[in-house]
Amino acid sequence: MKPDQLLRPMPDGLYCPLGDFHIDPVRPVERALITHGHSDHARAGHGFVLATQQTLDIMALRYGPEFCGSAQPARYGERLDVGGVSVSFHPAGHVLGSAQIAVEANGLRIVVSGDYKRDSDPTCAPYEPVACDVFITEATFGLPVFHHPDPRAEIEKLLTSIEQFPERSHLVGAYSLGKAQRVIRLLRDCGYDRPIHIHGSLAKLCDYYVSQGIDLGDLRPATLEKSDPSAFRGAIVVGPPSAFQDRWARRFNEPLVAFASGWMMVRQRAKQGGVELPLVISDHCDWPELTETIRELAPAEVWVTHGREEALVRWCELSGIPARPLYLVGYEDEGD
Amino acid sequence: MQAFAKLLDRLVLTPSRNGKLKLLADYFRDTPDPDRGYGLATIAGTLDLASVKPAMLRELTLERMDEVLFRYSYDYIGDLAETIALVWDQDRKGLEPGAEQPHLGSVVTLMNALGRTEVRSAVRDLLDRLDPSARFAFLKLVTGGLRIGVSARLAKQALADFGAKDISEIETLWHGLKPPYEPLFAWLEDRGEKPVLATPAIFHSVMLANPVGDGDLDQLDPADFAAEWKWDGIRVQLSRLGETRRLYSRSGDDISAAFPDVLAAITFEGVVDGELLVGGTARSNSPTRTFSDLQQRLNRKTVTSRMLDEYPAFVRAYDLLFDGELDIRKEGFTTRRDRLAGIVEQAPRDRFDLSPLVPFASWDQLDSLRSDPPDPVIEGVMIKRLDSSYQAGRMKGPWFKWKRDPFNVDAVLMYAQRGHGKRSSYYSDFTFGVWMEGPEGEVLVPVGKAYFGFTDAELEILDRFVRNNTVDRFGPVRAVRAEPGFGFVLEIAFEGLNRSTRHKSGVAMRFPRISRLRQDKLPREADRLETLIALAEARQSSETGAL
Repeated sequence: MKPDQLLRPMPDGLYCPLGDFHIDPVRPVERALITHGHSDHARAGHGFVLATQQTLDIMALRYGPEFCGSAQPARYGERLDVGGVSVSFHPAGHVLGSAQIAVEANGLRIVVSGDYKRDSDPTCAPYEPVACDVFITEATFGLPVFHHPDPRAEIEKLLTSIEQFPERSHLVGAYSLGKAQRVIRLLRDCGYDRPIHIHGSLAKLCDYYVSQGIDLGDLRPATLEKSDPSAFRGAIVVGPPSAFQDRWARRFNEPLVAFASGWMMVRQRAKQGGVELPLVISDHCDWPELTETIRELAPAEVWVTHGREEALVRWCELSGIPARPLYLVGYEDEGD
Repeated sequence: MQAFAKLLDRLVLTPSRNGKLKLLADYFRDTPDPDRGYGLATIAGTLDLASVKPAMLRELTLERMDEVLFRYSYDYIGDLAETIALVWDQDRKGLEPGAEQPHLGSVVTLMNALGRTEVRSAVRDLLDRLDPSARFAFLKLVTGGLRIGVSARLAKQALADFGAKDISEIETLWHGLKPPYEPLFAWLEDRGEKPVLATPAIFHSVMLANPVGDGDLDQLDPADFAAEWKWDGIRVQLSRLGETRRLYSRSGDDISAAFPDVLAAITFEGVVDGELLVGGTARSNSPTRTFSDLQQRLNRKTVTSRMLDEYPAFVRAYDLLFDGELDIRKEGFTTRRDRLAGIVEQAPRDRFDLSPLVPFASWDQLDSLRSDPPDPVIEGVMIKRLDSSYQAGRMKGPWFKWKRDPFNVDAVLMYAQRGHGKRSSYYSDFTFGVWMEGPEGEVLVPVGKAYFGFTDAELEILDRFVRNNTVDRFGPVRAVRAEPGFGFVLEIAFEGLNRSTRHKSGVAMRFPRISRLRQDKLPREADRLETLIALAEARQSSETGAL
């Protein structure tokens, strides 16, 4: 059986003709398998959704309980049958509930990694390598320039800045699912035990993380009845990056804008975004992690999707591993 | 190297002056000698470092990585030093934990001691031992491409803050000291004596004037003061002692290299305060040329003979600080000026003249003189107490400056950019334009950019207009609706026009600021480019060939 017969890229996303289902479809479909809760992967309006319980919970939080016709939770490692095709979910280490999906029929196994990372992250289950014939990898940071440093060292930069500029409110831009909670947890792990203020749009997801046993410490809303800038003097405020360019940010005292993202590795990105303190913290693999993972899995073939496909394909060629780009559209790396 | 690299990373992204000062002062406090001294030299532009060709760096990189992958990376990043800093560790996650990185001081010493054949392997070895951020700093240092956004003046202010000294003391010492500045730091930390300078012709901090404010002159007797024209060049300090000749800007930057014509003409010994201008002196009966002509000569490391011919520089003398080796700063203005007149009389007539006094009997008379000066390169008058000694800094009382009124035009808001720091959630940097006849009819062409002049309440209004009327976005910049019948008219005050090759209009305003919001006007009522040029021309001499 050719890999194309098991999974193929279609305008709606990856499609399995044998089992008649899509993986992370970008438009509403009959049957969808979802790797994780970021909005470019998990969309509302599918007939049936199979995903981890946490991903289903997150989708319900974001889209409301009616986000799909019917849903079925998948446990990590459990083998399920979807239309005659065997599928199983395995931790991807990206965000809470994130999974790789292994699809298997007639002795051929393809692993769809979704988004994943190898770096340690106390807010989700760690990535597990799954042997396969075809490995479909993301390539968000698929260029040799991307090296994510130790996230704790990045958090130390933030803590140093708060010591240097104790009068300024430090606004930390972090996407609302995954990154925000990871940044808060990292701050706690680095010994920061003062209250952390959060933008309203993070509240539900932070509460959910806490309900799943991830302690985030003292969180307070970054809102006041009466606007009093001095209330946030020297405080850490976490919110979605877009909020800091908005009028919302005016309540803060001499705000110092930080941004936690893998893109902050590139100086020009930070400069253009008006970021004063770039924090290189990513929920995706950097270049060494991508290449290391492919070496470790040693699949017969690699398919590369969303990101810098051409560089990773080139690397595979140089390493003697057949590879091709999938050119799937519609994924905007909300998570980084 | 890490401490310095971290400092650079922060400085380039920190817009506020106070923020930069704090970062610099903390760096000076936390970094040991000689590293901090070399860091200071790097920022102030006084570091001499053996340079490395970009081609060699590229070769070193391609020794360890595929050329295609390198090209993808370089295309993406767009800066060679940054690309190499990031791709150098191909598979490695980083340095061995605990591995000590070379210090800035040892890197500088090493690079300057290398023979030509040793450079390649030494650079490779250094790149291996530095982390990406330090690698970037190192590569920028050796390729000479470091842009930090910190002036030498700001670095000196940070030293002053760090050591709780007055900046004028640091400016005076500055040109007598060399990297890594260990005696300077010892003094700033109260561990050592104030350095004693052996070098002659050092910079002495200049005396500055306050603008005339409302009612400032009411209680003052005109008979106690002298007035002279305020010329539109740059304020300089010229000194010669023995064979040492120097030309400094008013903040103490050594600009000697760009003005060999002026330097060679110094026949006297002493320290003169004056205005650096381009054109002919009054003594040679030829006109003084405009600031935009002077600009052709500024910010250059070297100067061609053609430049020297086309834009001859001279000094219009205001004051004398030292007569030979004799410090006369404690003397009164009149006494100093008499001595100055004697010196200028003997100096080459094409390179030196004496700033003439402006006789006046009353403040009202001076006011009308200021508003209608006899030369287009005059931007107002200076008022100096006859008995004033020469004191560094900006004292209130002895000296005043009284500028002529600015130009005013109505322009149309075209683009807005978000500000920084306190203003990061406001669109607070505004680009505005005036009307011009284009090939396809009337178009707005940008003539300037301003980010001050308005109140907080006016900023709210402008910000709201920008957010509600955005028609396009380019990164942090928004284009706003600007049509004859709809848009936002701003009254702009400015000091003059410079030629500009960057603006489509061919002109750029000097010191533009927003003086009023003209919500009562429609864009079609805003001014035209011809009006703007005519305004400025009315005050410019036609023979200078400027605008």
